[in-house]
Order: sequence, then C-alpha cells, then structure tokens
Amino acid sequence: MNTDVALILLQDGLVSGAVYVLLATALVLVFSVTRVVFVPQGDLVAFTALTLSAFEAGQPPGTVWILIVAAAIALALDVIEAVRLRDRLHATRSLLRFGLVPTVIVMAALFLVPKTAPLAWKMAVSAALIACLGPLIYRIVFQPLAAASPLVLLIAAVAAHLGLSSIGLHVFGAEGVRTEGFSGAPFALFGMIVTPQAVGVLASSVTVVTALYVFFRFSLRGRALLAAAHNRRGAEIVGISTVAAGRTVFLLTGIAAAISGLLIGPTTTLYYDSGFLLGLKGFVGAIVGGMAVYPLAAAGALLVGTVEAFASFWASAYRDVIVFLVIIPVLFWRSVSTVAPEDGLE
Amino acid sequence: MTALLRIERFSVRYGRLLAVNDVSLEAHAGEVTAVIGPNGAGKTSLVNAIMGLIPFEGSLAFPAWPAAARSIEARIRARISLVPETRDLFGPMSVLDNLRLGAFALRSEVGFDMASRLTGVFKLFPRLAERREQRADTLSGGERQMLALGRALMLRPSFLMLDEPSLGLAPLIVAEMFRIIQRLKNDGVSILLIEQNARAALRISDRAYVLENGAVHLAGGASEIAADPRIIDAYLGGSMTAADDGRQRLSGRR
Amino acid sequence: MTRLIRFAPLLALVVAAASPVLLPVYQVEVITYVMIATIACLGLVLMTGIAGMVSFGQAAFVGLGAYVSGYLSTRLGCSAWIGLVGAVMTAGVVAGLIGAVTVRMSGHYLALTTLCFGISFYFLVGNSEMLGRFNGLTGIAPVSVGGFDLRSERQGYYLALVTIVLVMAWCRQLLASRTGRVLRSLRSGPAIAETFGANAYLYRLMAFVLAAVISSIAGWLYAHVQRFLSPTPFGLTASIDYLFMTVIGGSSQLWGALLGASLVTIIKHELQDLLKFVFGPTTRLELLVFAAIMIVVLQKARKGLWPLLEQRIAPKAAPTLDIEPMILPHRRPKPEHGLTVVTASHLERRFGGLVAVDDISFHVKSGEILGILGPNGAGKTTLFNLISGALSPSQGELSFLGAPLLRASARDMCRRGLSRTFQHAALVQDMTLLENVAIGATHLGRCGLFANSLRLDRTEERQLLGWSRHLLDRVGLADKAFELAGNLSLGHQRLLEIARALAADPVLLLLDEPAAGLRMNEKVALAELLAELRCEGLAIVLVEHDMDFVFRLADRLMVMNFGRRIAYGRPDDVRADSGVQEAYLGAAA
Repeated sequence: MNTDVALILLQDGLVSGAVYVLLATALVLVFSVTRVVFVPQGDLVAFTALTLSAFEAGQPPGTVWILIVAAAIALALDVIEAVRLRDRLHATRSLLRFGLVPTVIVMAALFLVPKTAPLAWKMAVSAALIACLGPLIYRIVFQPLAAASPLVLLIAAVAAHLGLSSIGLHVFGAEGVRTEGFSGAPFALFGMIVTPQAVGVLASSVTVVTALYVFFRFSLRGRALLAAAHNRRGAEIVGISTVAAGRTVFLLTGIAAAISGLLIGPTTTLYYDSGFLLGLKGFVGAIVGGMAVYPLAAAGALLVGTVEAFASFWASAYRDVIVFLVIIPVLFWRSVSTVAPEDGLE
Repeated sequence: MTALLRIERFSVRYGRLLAVNDVSLEAHAGEVTAVIGPNGAGKTSLVNAIMGLIPFEGSLAFPAWPAAARSIEARIRARISLVPETRDLFGPMSVLDNLRLGAFALRSEVGFDMASRLTGVFKLFPRLAERREQRADTLSGGERQMLALGRALMLRPSFLMLDEPSLGLAPLIVAEMFRIIQRLKNDGVSILLIEQNARAALRISDRAYVLENGAVHLAGGASEIAADPRIIDAYLGGSMTAADDGRQRLSGRR
Repeated sequence: MTRLIRFAPLLALVVAAASPVLLPVYQVEVITYVMIATIACLGLVLMTGIAGMVSFGQAAFVGLGAYVSGYLSTRLGCSAWIGLVGAVMTAGVVAGLIGAVTVRMSGHYLALTTLCFGISFYFLVGNSEMLGRFNGLTGIAPVSVGGFDLRSERQGYYLALVTIVLVMAWCRQLLASRTGRVLRSLRSGPAIAETFGANAYLYRLMAFVLAAVISSIAGWLYAHVQRFLSPTPFGLTASIDYLFMTVIGGSSQLWGALLGASLVTIIKHELQDLLKFVFGPTTRLELLVFAAIMIVVLQKARKGLWPLLEQRIAPKAAPTLDIEPMILPHRRPKPEHGLTVVTASHLERRFGGLVAVDDISFHVKSGEILGILGPNGAGKTTLFNLISGALSPSQGELSFLGAPLLRASARDMCRRGLSRTFQHAALVQDMTLLENVAIGATHLGRCGLFANSLRLDRTEERQLLGWSRHLLDRVGLADKAFELAGNLSLGHQRLLEIARALAADPVLLLLDEPAAGLRMNEKVALAELLAELRCEGLAIVLVEHDMDFVFRLADRLMVMNFGRRIAYGRPDDVRADSGVQEAYLGAAA
C-alpha cells in the first residue's frame, strides 16, 4: 500500500467516522438521560435516506405510514392514561403533540413535496418525518419502562430495532438507494483530493456535535435533562419531568439520526436493514467513551471509521469481523477501567 | 389559623403492605408541624405521597392553593417544596448547578431573578458559596444536607416539607440544622418536619403527630406531646441514662 | 390437585412421547425445532437468567456445535457420537477462551462483546472455504444408535426429546446444589459470592462455558436432524431470537426456556403463513408482532410468562424437604476467650485527595463486641471494607489472629474466619431462606461442578443444609425456611443476613448497621442474640447509628469523625470524653 492509497483510505475513514461521531454522540446523550442504548438509531438513519430517495423519485415515502401508525398508538396510550387519571390537560397536550404535529408533517410529505421541489426542502421534510419518530418510539417503547434496569432497556431497544426493520422492509421494499449529495467538483487540499461531499459531512458533523455540547453544558434546560438522568426523584421534586426529559432527548436523537442519514446517504448504498450495523458502529464508538465521555466517544467513532476503511481495503469480506474484533480489547479496557454498577435483568 | 395542608383518611400502599394507614393531619400557616415516630412507621411514605411522588388513597387538600393538589408541578408552582430523606442531589453536577435547577420550574415566570435567589441561599449557607464550583457528590454529609435544603429554598417556598433533616449528621451539625429551621420559621415559612429525633423536633414545633405502624398514635400541641408520659417513655426517655440500665440488664442475663 | 401438579412433568412427558405418532409430519418437525431451540435457551437461562450476563451471541455457540460435528461427519467421516464429543469440547474450549476475557466485563460491555462474537462467527463461517461458505455443508450423517440410523422426522423427534430431558434434568440437579446456589447469587452482583469464599469470576466463567456447551449440544442436534447446514440460522437474528425466547418465557427458570421457545416458534410459524397470504411472500411483518410481544412482556411481565403461569396453576408449591437441623461435624476451633482477633495499627485509606480513613488503630478480642460510632461519611464503611478485605489500606497494618494481612481478598478473609453483613441487606431475593443461609457455608463444602451434577454430593448437601437449618432456628426464622427471601420484612432480612454470616462458621463477625430499620422489640431480640454469640466466644465489630443500641451492647467503643478516631475505650469513658462531647455528641449529652 502506498501513501496515496493510505491517504484516500484515511479520508474515507474520517468521513464515515464523522457520521459515526454524530451517532455516537446521540447515543451517549440518550443513554445518559434515559439509560437506553438506542439501537434503532441506525434504522432511523437508513430510513432517512430511503425517505429522501422516495421524494427524489416523486413518490410519497413509506415513512408516512410508519408515522401514522406510531402516532395513533402513542395517542391511544396517552388518551387511555388521561382517562384513567381524569386529566383533561394531559389529553389536550397529547392531542397536540402526537396528533397535530404528526398530521401537519404527514400532510406536508404527502401534498407539499412535488418531484420538482428543491433538494433542501425534500431534505427538511425527510428530517422532520424521522425526527418526529424519536419521541413516538420513546412514548410507545421506553416511557412505560422508565424504572427498568439498563439491560432490560437494551433488550427493549433491540426489540424496537427488530420491529422497525420489519416495517422498513414492508414500506420501503428490499431495494437499496443512494441519494443525491452535495454537488461540486473535487479539489486538492494539502496534496489530497477532497470531495465537497467529504467536507460537507465533516463540517455538518462538527456543527451538530458542538451545538449539542453547548446545549447540554451551558443551558439550564440542558442541565435539567442531565439532572433527570442523575437522580429521578431529585429531578421530580424540582419540577423536571423525567418523561418530558426522555421525550426531548429522543427528539434530539431523531434529529441527529436524520442529519446522519442525509450525510451518509450519498456516500453509500443503504437498504432497509443497513441501519443496524451503522448504529452498532456508532454504539462501539459510544461505548469506547464509556457511554459518558463525549470526546472519547468521538475518538472511538473516528477509530471505528478508520479501521473499517482500512479493513475493507485489505479483506473486504472480513470487514465487519475485523471492526468488531479490533474493538474487543478496547471494550475490555473500558470495562475494567470504569466501575459500573452491577445490573440485573429485573 | 388557616390550614395550609389538610389530609383525611390518607393511606399509602405498596402491594399488600399498608405503609400509611388512614391518617388525618393538618398543617397550619406560620407553624412548624412535626411528625415523629420510629424507623419504618411510614413517615417518609406519608410525606412523599403528600408531595405527589407516590400514589395514595384518601383526600389531600392545600386550602390556600386549590390547584396545587393536582400534580407535583402544580405543587412546585404553588411554592410547596420537599427536602427528601435521601437528599437526592445531582451528584456529578456543581453546587451552583444544583441550586439553579432548584428554581427550574420558575424559569419562565415574569420577574424571575436567578441571581437574587442564589444570593439569598448563599447568605444562609456561606459554606455553599465557598464551594459553588465543587461537585455535589464530593461534599461532606452536613454540606449535602445544606445543599438539599438550599435547593429547596431556591423556590422561596411558602410550605416546606423536611424529611429527616438530621439523619446521619454529627450532633453538632444537627444543632445547626435545627437553628436554621427555626430561622426559616421566623421568616414566615410554614414547615412540615419529619423527624426521628423527637426531642429536637418537639422543641421547635407548634403541633405534633406521632406515627406508629403507619397510623397516628397521638396528636396535639408540641408541648403537650413532649409532656405525655407515653412519649417520654418511648421516644424521649433519657437516651443516655437509660443506656446503663439496659446494659446491666443485658449483662445480667448472661 | 397438588398431587396432580407434582406429576405434571411426567404427564407432559407421556404426551410428548405419544404425540409424534398422532401428529402430521410437518408438526412433528416444528416441535423438534422447538425442542432444539429450548436446549439453546436453557444455556441462556443459566447465563442470563441465573448468572445475570446477557448474551447476544448464543446462536454462534449453537452454530459452533453444529459446524464442528457437521465438519467431522462430512469431511472426516466420523460418527455423530464423535461429533458430539468434538462439538462439546470445542465449544467448551472456545467459550473458555472468550469467556476468560468477557466475563470480567459488566453489563453493556459484556452484551456488546457477545454481539461482536456472534456477528464475527457468522461472517467467518460464511467466508470459510472449508465450511462451504454461505452455501454450507450438505450430506451430514444421521445419528446412529446400535447400528440403526435415526433418519426420519419422527426418529429425530425422539432423539431431541431424550436430549432435552437429559439436559433439563442435569440443569435442575446443578441449580439445586452448592455450585448452583453460588451461580444463582451472581445475578445480584459478585459481592455475595466473594464474601463467602467463592471466586465470582470463576463462577461467571463457569456459567458462560456451561451455556456454550449446552448450546453446542443444541447445535449438534440441529446438524444431525436437519443434516444440512448454512450460516444463516446461526446469525445475529437467531441470537436475538434465542434471547427473546428466554426473556419471554421467563429467563430465571428452566421451564421458562421451554415456554418461550414454544410460544415464539409456534406464533412465528403460524403468523408467517397468515401474513404471507395477506401481504405477499416477501413480508417479514411477523417480526413486528414478535417485537411487539417482546416489548409488552418487558413492560407488563418483566420476569417472563412462566412465573405468571406458575402462579396460576400452583400458587404455593413450596418444597417441604425434610432437613434435620444439625451442627457441622468439622467446625473451626474457636480461639480462647480474650485472644486478640484483629489488630489494626495506623490504618489509612485515601481516595484521590480524600482521606476516608486516617490513622486508625484498634483491636478486637474474642468474646467481645466493639462498637463503631460516627456520622455519615465519617469513614466507618471504608474501615469495614478494609477489615473485610474488600479494600486494601493505603498505609498501616492489619493482622488477623496474629498473622499479618497483606492484600487479602474478601474470599481469603472468609476462609480465615471473617464474616460480615451488608448495610443494605444483600440477599438473593428469589432463593429460599434456607438456600440463602447455605450460601454462607459455601467455603465449607468440597463438592464441585462434577459431583454436583452427578449427585455425588448427598452427604455434604445434607450437612450444609442441616447446618443452615440450625442457624435459621437460632435467629428465629426456622418456620420460614422455605419462603423466598424477597418476601421478608426488613427486620427479618437483617436476621437472615446474620444467619448467613454465621453459616461461614466465623471467628469475627462484622455487622454494618444491623439495627437500622428494626422495630423496638426486634432490636431487643437482636441484642440478645449478639450477647449470646459474644458468650460463645465470637468477636463482633458493630457499626451503628443507634447510640442507645451500641452503648447498651458494646464492651468497647470507637467514635470516628472525618476519618479520624476521636475516642476509643469503655462506653462510660467515651461518653465522659470531653472531645466527644464537644465534637460529636454536642451539648445535648
């Protein structure tokens, strides 16, 4: 292998690594607020690309149906709860949140995105559809499990992934898609050929991660989300609702997943079930950071991207094997160096 | 005297276990109401249910703020605050963040001024001001209790519930804690005080309830309760002097 | 009715044995598959439900067993029985190697690692020329018994039935034994096992290897019943299926594996047909239903469906074994009255910048109770952990019965004669009181996995359980011996902890706030018990908040504040000490 190839591989690795960074950051966020390892994050990424591609083909995306069904279930659960508690306010809020908002987005997706619409608008509607799924998944799957141990939540997350990919096949079909990317000719930078796509991915990833960091580090609302994670009861007695915190962070992770999907869509072919491995690689990055330390999680994600790029050059059939085997020593080191509380299944 | 809190036929259940059994109780404005009783009597369940943290049966009313009984958020907006037995601080966050979050629910109210509230708390607890950047989980036991109380005071509560504020503290700090409670009372805060330390609690309260096995065993003015022979026997009986008799009793049995 | 329930497994067996004759071939095949899946799930019950390690890679071990035996059969022409030995041994060795690294990890790390191995296995096999790549292996020989080949579906069914009965019986036997009790304690963390002399790491590894071996047996069965192998049934999806079956059925019980595997397999099969009819041949919507069932189970019945079913059919089927109380034949010789048991000199323990224990010296004699008093955060618990070996001191020396303690682990300390209780009662909730106490006696037994599995341990079991029964009598809980520890009140839990600590036959007993949460009469009973133990020559160290309790009971007292010893001596002297008055008790005393 000569330096040119190495540089190209490194660039590839950094670009996919940048997307994993975004995924890893979102996973760490979700985990630190709700103790959920959000495995379906990857599915949302793949669904974003599939949604955008449907818009590009001038068809209504299957995401619309997923959204309608999920919103109906969430609404039903909330209404049943509101009736039981005789809480009219709760019902009204829920009607707005899980009724009105999804309806507006679905209507926009069905009637306001002609084939000729500008790419940015298609991207925005795709992102809105996916982001909206985040809080719905939280309401249906995780909100009733709020008091469960992290391992139970992990199993629930895997179940949610299974469910999503099963609907994914149904509404998107088995064909893969590749979406339109940032246009423009490649240019040279410090002796490397750089594509605008690569620059766009890196810049977007850095922007989003920084924005999230600032929100959680400095705003009172961001601190409140973390407070809900540290101590549920403590949060409740100062008026921070842990349910609202969960919903907010799932909305954030939905947005992050949508952006990741828009970024990665043009660089690789995505299928309805591509999400799992994507999410897993983000997860590996996140866990390198001990599910808590953002810079380490980012470094871990970049490492995963780079290892993957080089592995696919040397032994593409074993690409994923190599990624996962290389990661085990890192896992071991993290596990031994962090004192995690023992968690059982109950 | 107006009642700030009135509960009637109030019960809390955990599965088959009846932790609080048919309790009726009132707390009045400007007073300290003490609930005393041994460990496991149901005191913490009672106060957590009043705050809205756990479900209960029976009636609960805050006559001065009719809306407050609806939800925990409504109680907080009515300036009802709880310092729980377990403190429940946000461990990895700084003292300052813990205090700021104490006023989280009020952040969008008109005329809300975070800085002046912080100054107020720091004035009461200069120790916290010194340690404002320190992580809450590195504080000593006494400082943690101060922070928990300080966080509750960020609301400028009109009704404050304190669950075992002296638990696990060195006696000197316990005395300090009770001085602060007295001071809050003088400033016009109405207080519901849950304590095992019956002697100290009765000294600063106006009315008292003795809880045993989840039910009210005795109720009345604090001074009457403190003078009741049954209470003296069970809770106030010279904790130190009686120890010698007990010891002799035990060694006699050997 | 109860009689009927006792014979239910036998009845089920008869039905199972008769059904292939009555059912059509297709259904016989489905049930055979259910049984194979059940065996794999039994492995997961041991690992996940019993020992508390979640595995997302169990199908890889099923595949390992299948491929080893398949390879031996197709390429080397070995018989299926040699294949079985090969499969079990390979799985044991591979799991031993992988487990040696992974079982040190906790929670997510372990789950993710198993997932990584699971995925890697699939790709490795799929890319291996030797194993036929993604096309797989064909023409695997059937199992042959006495020269007779088991070829047909019905014969395969009986083979699976015999295997499942054997594996189930073995697991039951194992879990009821000394080894099993330690395994069952692991789910609540390694502390219990370590405190009573068992190496938690080795037991976790044992659970991991056993799970792999059992799964490989399922794989062997699959290979020789199906007689064709491809990587797909051993991929990640299959691993997730096995885990979900186990959790849906009830991961902490053996019967849960059977229930889960049956329900999931049958629902999936039936649903698949229906959905294909409605939505066309490519649909995988049955997975959505499967996922939904899983989520609802987690939300509404986290322990799985078997416990619910069990409650329905047999609400109180507590075993009433006849266990005679007995004193252990070989008890540890008690040191004579007044002999120094522990000496600590100038102990110090730092955590980063914080000095939790600062220059503490004391000693305890046999037949004596030393009370330790102090506010929260005074360093009492740290001191406790130093004595019990859970932590090692930064500076200073400790000696036990005259021998210096250098980096002695909790395990060593148990063997040397130290026993303890925990501040927050650490009991195994779903084990009976008797079994919980018997964990305390773990280090007094000798029988291991082998003897336990083959029932060569009866004499020893009778002794250990009899001894436990005797101790339950002593603390006054004998009438509840077969109730579950999780149903006890806090006060009784504390007593149970003391019985368990005594089961280790200690010389020194460390009690961490034993009176916290007790009612007045319970405190009196506890004080009586402790006074009695003192008479028998036990040395006792007692950390307590309740000053009355300590002042009444202790022979000597140590008062701590900010990690330092501020007073040390007889209770009267300590109370009179001006330093204590000022710094700790305040003017009120």
